[in-house]
Amino acid sequence: MSDPSAASLAIESTTAEELASGEPIKLGTGGGQTDKPRGLLGDAWYDLRRKPLFWISAFFIVLFLVMAAFPQLFTSKDPTEALLDRSRQGPSSEAWFGYDVQGADLYARVIYGTRASIVVALLSTLGTVIFGSMVGIVSGFRGGWADSLLSRVADIFFGIPFLLGAIVILFTFNPPGSDKGEATIMLIVVTSLVVLSWPVSMRIMRSSVLSTKNADYIVAARALGASNFRIIMRHLLPNCLAPALVYSTILLGSFIGAEATLSYLGVGLKPPTQSWGIMVAESQDFLRVSPQLLLFPAAFLVVAVLSFVTMGEAVREALDPKLR
Amino acid sequence: MGRYVARRLLQLIPVFFGTTFLIYWLVYEVPGDPFAGKCGQRACPPQYVAYLTHKYNLDKPLIVQYFTYMKNLLHGDFGMTYNNRSINEIIAVAYPNTVKLALVALGFEIVIGLTAGVLTGLRRNGFLDNLVLVTSLFLLALPTFVTGFVLKWLFGFQLGWVTPTVTSASPSFTDLLLPGFVLSSISLAYVARLARTSIAENRRADYVRTAIAKGLPHRRVIGVHLLRNSLIPVITLLGTDLGALMGGAIVTEGIFNIHGIGNEVYRAITRKEGATVVSIVVILVLVYLVMNLIVDLLYALLDPRIRYE
Repeated sequence: MSDPSAASLAIESTTAEELASGEPIKLGTGGGQTDKPRGLLGDAWYDLRRKPLFWISAFFIVLFLVMAAFPQLFTSKDPTEALLDRSRQGPSSEAWFGYDVQGADLYARVIYGTRASIVVALLSTLGTVIFGSMVGIVSGFRGGWADSLLSRVADIFFGIPFLLGAIVILFTFNPPGSDKGEATIMLIVVTSLVVLSWPVSMRIMRSSVLSTKNADYIVAARALGASNFRIIMRHLLPNCLAPALVYSTILLGSFIGAEATLSYLGVGLKPPTQSWGIMVAESQDFLRVSPQLLLFPAAFLVVAVLSFVTMGEAVREALDPKLR
Repeated sequence: MGRYVARRLLQLIPVFFGTTFLIYWLVYEVPGDPFAGKCGQRACPPQYVAYLTHKYNLDKPLIVQYFTYMKNLLHGDFGMTYNNRSINEIIAVAYPNTVKLALVALGFEIVIGLTAGVLTGLRRNGFLDNLVLVTSLFLLALPTFVTGFVLKWLFGFQLGWVTPTVTSASPSFTDLLLPGFVLSSISLAYVARLARTSIAENRRADYVRTAIAKGLPHRRVIGVHLLRNSLIPVITLLGTDLGALMGGAIVTEGIFNIHGIGNEVYRAITRKEGATVVSIVVILVLVYLVMNLIVDLLYALLDPRIRYE
């Protein structure tokens, strides 16, 4: 099961480890030595600004976002225009990355493939973090039977091996050969990713709520007569956000990898949608004769995942006062 | 301790049933006809379909099917595929390959990951440290199918050091070196990073300073005091990881054509063989849960400060 999700798995096990060791999730508390007091995020920003790795990954992330939004800025070719007489031609000044099996411009395909990856990763991350955090807050804040029940449900979903679960879900709702629309397929892929990954997000949120719930300011707010809703929204949420934020950045990277893996296995996105995973899958029969079909989409995929993971690492270091 | 184990085992029960039922239900919902192509070009006679439907309990409600399956499972019978092959036999053939692959992967994690982590943890901020940090970040970011294809292309086709695909039905350990490395790549990077952080953190610990102050030789300080304490989290990680690896590797086994459990499960899903999928998932979940339990118990053994009530 250590496949696409493995990047997220590795990170999942960090968080699981942190939780298991019983240490409360550390929250920065603005301890800079400047005159103006800074909040948690301000402090993190002060730290981040001075890191070259942060700027490099930020540059790539912005680049990929622009590529996803306006692919026509980077290429004037049509990625679906396939002419068989130029099938598998190598890179040239005409087509920088060469042509694929069908004779479509590989560079244009790779550029247009960004959109699917970014959209799926963004939506899945949003879904996972929002849903997981909501369940986590309810479970941590309410405690008692609600907590036990929700934790057991989360255990069940956590117990399903990621890749296997995703394949089974996608085979059921998105079987190979079905002719669903592009948006529908994307939605199904996003949903299956969310369904299989929310428990981690839930556990992170739950543990930070548990460690914050009895803080003085929460007790004070309750003594002043604040409603549960107000306590959660105004006091609990801002103070529990940091771990979830860090997790979501890293999650983005691993979801890009997961989407590509599922598309590669033939259960994710489908042609004519452009996706790096599909391109890698197509390349496998021509590995010996035309390795460029594999190497270019794979390179884009790796840089994308790498920039999000690096960004996540940088943000985590900035938010974690223990590492300073 | 005994009570803790009992409680943990009890907690496993709902997770076990929940997970397997979810998978059973999902495979049941996979569209398609399990008996397609049984009678060649023409459609099967209705009597035959009715007979098969009855034989595989497909005429009963889902929940009855599930419990019948579970009852047989408790008697050690995983059931039959639609081709009348015993699933026990399929697993008996495929599982050793998966275990071999997992062991090779674990070996790489220990040898490369641990060595890199210990060396860089002892000497931070040098050239080696930066090299390992960058390499491990890279490995973490690479999805397995990319690592697999790129290494297969590089070592199999370009350099010709290995055969690109595993051809034998029960491969030897040497056949599995490249697939094992591919499978381990992500965990390997993670082990290296964890070992590095852990050692770097403990180097400043009081007990290390005491050990140096009382004049112990350098080797003893590192070998006995530092390593033993720093490797606890790493061993935990390795244990959990072995549990995950033994669950099979759909992608790695697919790329290198290894007849393991991952390959079988993928084939079974595409052919709507619910019993096979669930049987493999059962093993997988069991191995994973039990490994987690063992790791937790091992933790208490390695770190006497932890006590389980």
